Amino acid sequence: MREDHLEALSLLHDPVRRSLYETVAGSGGDVGRAEAAEATGVSRTLAGHHLDKLVEAGLLESGFRQPERRGPGSGRPAKVYRRASGERSVSLPPRDYAVLASVLAGVVDALGAEEKAEQVARAAGARLARDHRGEPVEAVLAGRGYEPYTDRAGEDAPAGGEGRLRLRNCPFHALSQEHPLLVCSMNLALCQGLLEGLGDRPERAALDPRPGECCVSLALPSDTKTNED
Amino acid sequence: MHLAQLNIAHLRAPIDGPELATFVELLEPINALADAAPGFVWRLQESEDDPTATVVHDYGDHLLVNFSVWESIDAVWTFVYRSAHLGVLRRRREWFLRIAEPYTVMWWVPEGHIPTLAEAMRRLERLRAHGPGPEAFTFQEPYDSSEAANLPAAAEARK
Repeated sequence: MREDHLEALSLLHDPVRRSLYETVAGSGGDVGRAEAAEATGVSRTLAGHHLDKLVEAGLLESGFRQPERRGPGSGRPAKVYRRASGERSVSLPPRDYAVLASVLAGVVDALGAEEKAEQVARAAGARLARDHRGEPVEAVLAGRGYEPYTDRAGEDAPAGGEGRLRLRNCPFHALSQEHPLLVCSMNLALCQGLLEGLGDRPERAALDPRPGECCVSLALPSDTKTNED
Repeated sequence: MHLAQLNIAHLRAPIDGPELATFVELLEPINALADAAPGFVWRLQESEDDPTATVVHDYGDHLLVNFSVWESIDAVWTFVYRSAHLGVLRRRREWFLRIAEPYTVMWWVPEGHIPTLAEAMRRLERLRAHGPGPEAFTFQEPYDSSEAANLPAAAEARK
């Protein structure tokens, strides 16, 4: 067990800190003290205190946002917070699936078995959907840690249309850095299998890579209505 | 320091044949994406005017060569795996045969230095023969530029 991870996670036991963390993480970008204070209903000073504690523990990162006006009287740069990229996890008893997953990804590469891996991932996605029949895919993806959000400004998306359901978090992040082609392809297959298993259209999920997010995005449900008849 | 990257692909069929037509169509948009990508420095081009012209070289007509220079490993990684280029990579089996040994290599070059294709092919051979090191490495086992810069000094010290 990693003591520093356990300590970092135990900070979130405090409801104010937990709520501040969720505000910052859920924003997908930089959040200032005032904004975080307002969202959680605590004073700016208290928010600042707790946010800095979360930075100290490595759960958040801080930076400075330059004031819009420059020169004298424009004030100091505002301190902003964003979710730290490092992962924290504690498992009791100790478990280490990441190393094994990495080895298995290496095996797929060595065998050139990407197609088979995608087939298996798709079937796994359909299996995951079994307990969620009738639920919207957005809720199921949220439950699996993908952090979906609706992006209306999606003109550049491969499938076109009004916008996309994007996934802020990649649940397989570390592995996708190591084996991006394999992991992103398997993740797409998994999402397609999930859609299929939910009785939705698998084509809603498409590869849509961008820095800092999951490489899969989904067509919005409204886009699919025209194809239902 | 800047990062030079070579990757080679084994064509399934002649580049000007019907089997490769869908690939050749993608050359212009994907190269434009690379040229506009943050951290892009340079790439080897056969022609300034014809974006579909692939690099002509002496290493066999079946080999397609991509050779470019970037500001950092992150910059080239983000282009390769976090842009529309990833979708092209996914389709690689439509156009290319699987190569069982390393087919991509990176190394650090001084800023402003444009390495030759011959040097790039030697780096790839080095990687294939000796595995990754500061002089020829991969995304999976990268070396930072300070390790490469310190190489001659380190070699001196061992004498």
